[in-house]
Amino acid sequence: MEAYFDNSATTRCAQAAADVMRSVLLEDYGNPSSLHMKGVIAENYIKTATAQIAKILKVTEKEIIFTSGGTESNNLALIGTAIANQRAGKHIISTAIEHASVYNPLIFLEEQGYEVTYLPVDHEGRISLEELESAVREDTILVSIMHVNNEIGTIEPVEEAAKIVHAKNPRTLFHVDAIQSFGKLRIYPKRMGIDLLSVSGHKIHGPKGVGFLYVRDKTKIRPIIHGGGQQRDMRSGTENVPGIAGIGVAAAQLYEDFDQKIDRLYELREYLVQGMRSLEGTTINGACGRESAPHIVSVSFAGVRAEVLLHALEERQIYVSTGSACSSNHPAISGTLQAIGVRPELLDSTVRFSLSVDSTREEADYVLSQLAELLPQLRRFRRH
Amino acid sequence: MNYQAFLIKYGEIAVKGKNRHIFEDTLLSQIQNALVRVEGEFHVSKESGRMYVEALSAYDYDELMDALTKVFGIVGICPMVRLEDEGFDALAQAVVAYIGEAYEDKDFTFKVNARRARKNYPMTSMELAAALGERILEAYPDVHVDVHKPQVNINVEIRSHINLYSTEVPGPGGMPVGTAGKAMLLLSGGIDSPVAGYMIAKRGVRLEATYFHAPPYTSERAKQKVIDLAKIVARYSGPIRLNVVNFTEIQLYIYEKCPHDQLTIIMRRYMMMLAEHFAKESNCLGLITGESIGQVASQTMPSLACTNEVCTLPVYRPLIGFDKQEIIDISEKIDAYDTSILPFEDCCTIFVAKHPVTRPNLKSIKKSETHLQEKIDEMLQTAIDTTEVIDIEP
Repeated sequence: MEAYFDNSATTRCAQAAADVMRSVLLEDYGNPSSLHMKGVIAENYIKTATAQIAKILKVTEKEIIFTSGGTESNNLALIGTAIANQRAGKHIISTAIEHASVYNPLIFLEEQGYEVTYLPVDHEGRISLEELESAVREDTILVSIMHVNNEIGTIEPVEEAAKIVHAKNPRTLFHVDAIQSFGKLRIYPKRMGIDLLSVSGHKIHGPKGVGFLYVRDKTKIRPIIHGGGQQRDMRSGTENVPGIAGIGVAAAQLYEDFDQKIDRLYELREYLVQGMRSLEGTTINGACGRESAPHIVSVSFAGVRAEVLLHALEERQIYVSTGSACSSNHPAISGTLQAIGVRPELLDSTVRFSLSVDSTREEADYVLSQLAELLPQLRRFRRH
Repeated sequence: MNYQAFLIKYGEIAVKGKNRHIFEDTLLSQIQNALVRVEGEFHVSKESGRMYVEALSAYDYDELMDALTKVFGIVGICPMVRLEDEGFDALAQAVVAYIGEAYEDKDFTFKVNARRARKNYPMTSMELAAALGERILEAYPDVHVDVHKPQVNINVEIRSHINLYSTEVPGPGGMPVGTAGKAMLLLSGGIDSPVAGYMIAKRGVRLEATYFHAPPYTSERAKQKVIDLAKIVARYSGPIRLNVVNFTEIQLYIYEKCPHDQLTIIMRRYMMMLAEHFAKESNCLGLITGESIGQVASQTMPSLACTNEVCTLPVYRPLIGFDKQEIIDISEKIDAYDTSILPFEDCCTIFVAKHPVTRPNLKSIKKSETHLQEKIDEMLQTAIDTTEVIDIEP
């Protein structure tokens, strides 16, 4: 049996998304900027995808900008608004548990003379709204808060946060990194007071190399990529038509029968969490129930090195991440786990299991039974 | 400048007496092997004690040099301009033009060396050198002749055509691979062992390698890293056969049965045993390790004595007297460093004791090993039987 429980790293591309991409690559391969028929056909794929996404978010089509993925969406949101609004102020607020694609652009902006306040989080990884409120200043131009933490799955109270921010400073923009939440939660930027929202294609059964940024109409933002003026000058470069068609189809498919899918996913998560708790020496990190995203389970295994457990599970066709897969290239200790106060000896013993709507209870059972077998074996041999 | 041919200088092998032709033939075929990976057509020839690479088609200079500077045995590579013999005036003009192009600042001292392989040329070598020198002095007033210690040697060779060269790109030196037999390299993912392999290959030795893999304690990426390192070494040494031994069971067994401060030494003794097994199986004449005295606990002299004791083949340790920085310098030179420092765990570091013995006593180590009697032979056999063999091409 195989259990791919690393869906927060990436997901399998949906068949329908792969099918439409194939047609674009092999048949409808025109450049959307071309004046002839081939160009028009290609442009129509973009229009369709835009409409599919706009419908899910309940926003207008011109508010969607396609990018090369989550990282570019976050960079555009942060750097693009920081540059466009620098005369209003140079203060930005974010959190201590952001993904590197938010954190590193913020470091870059700090080097350019911006000031960034990083909000701490509690032991479940949640920011404090009071602290947020007191951090907002006259010169705060942007607040960036992730919706779902990629390592522990905790949902941040973005709707309440947006309300508080806008009440205190109506000019402050509110950005949400929704890379781990889109496709898992319902998100309505207008109702929730979100000005900018980043999404990645390959986390939602779409292809890699594509994502989008929702930018509320009339938001002051400047492009970070300059060139031929595609996408209303906001993101130059010939559009990644196959990728865009793919992400549209994947998103539309994911939001069909959405509530049932997500209820089922929450049930499966709960089942896995209960199973993990019944294993010896485990700690579940992050929030419980509906306060967590339905797909992420972070577990610390006392006395077991996460990387060794990962490779032992791999031998049994079970695929997981230590901490966060995106940062596995740098075996630095996870910032999120430290920020929520995971005990130092467990930092190196934490594994992330991440589900998708295709995950099954049989897979969860298989994972749990393999863990029950492996943990005692691995605990016999410890490093000194 | 457009160079049509290259003079290959080889130092050491020229003095090998009656075996000289073996060394030369090996060098020639190693150059041919290296050129297979370079786009373009080349002809390699040996003529009266000199070796030439001739370009028969368009080629990329940097790509060619990259290949030639990795062939052991080559001491220097002189890019040559080829001229037809169209009389002295034409030759003198070509030499002046060559200097114009090859040297930006024309304020050096020089000497012309003329050689005639074709003795019917109308001038003697001395006359030719003097006449060309005069023409150069006329053309470039700031250059001067210095026959004792010239900054630039202008070489003119009269053959059926005329070769003109004055610059030399240093080669890697050493002896052509294939002139000294074969040895088994214990290759880990670290900095030292690829350098050790490089250094022994430099003496003309063909390489085979053994890597100890310990899943799940070491990852697929760690193994891939070792394959990548073997590829880097193979660019110098030619193809390497890599034995990937699954060492997990043996390692865990040692961990369970032996005192933990002796783990590394005992583990290394079994690694040497297994490597020697593969070495003898494929007619290797020795083992190669990247050890250097005192670098870590398992490389103190008493530790080395303990690991050495299990081997009957000679163990070559080319880095034995090197400091870490000296090893890193070579690692960077051969382009292995960036790969070596990728952070994947190798099996030596998994179960390291906090305070490993630095002065192991052979008797006490052997006594500990008696605790392994029950299953170790069977485990060694299984490790041998399940070893994966990967042929690494440069």
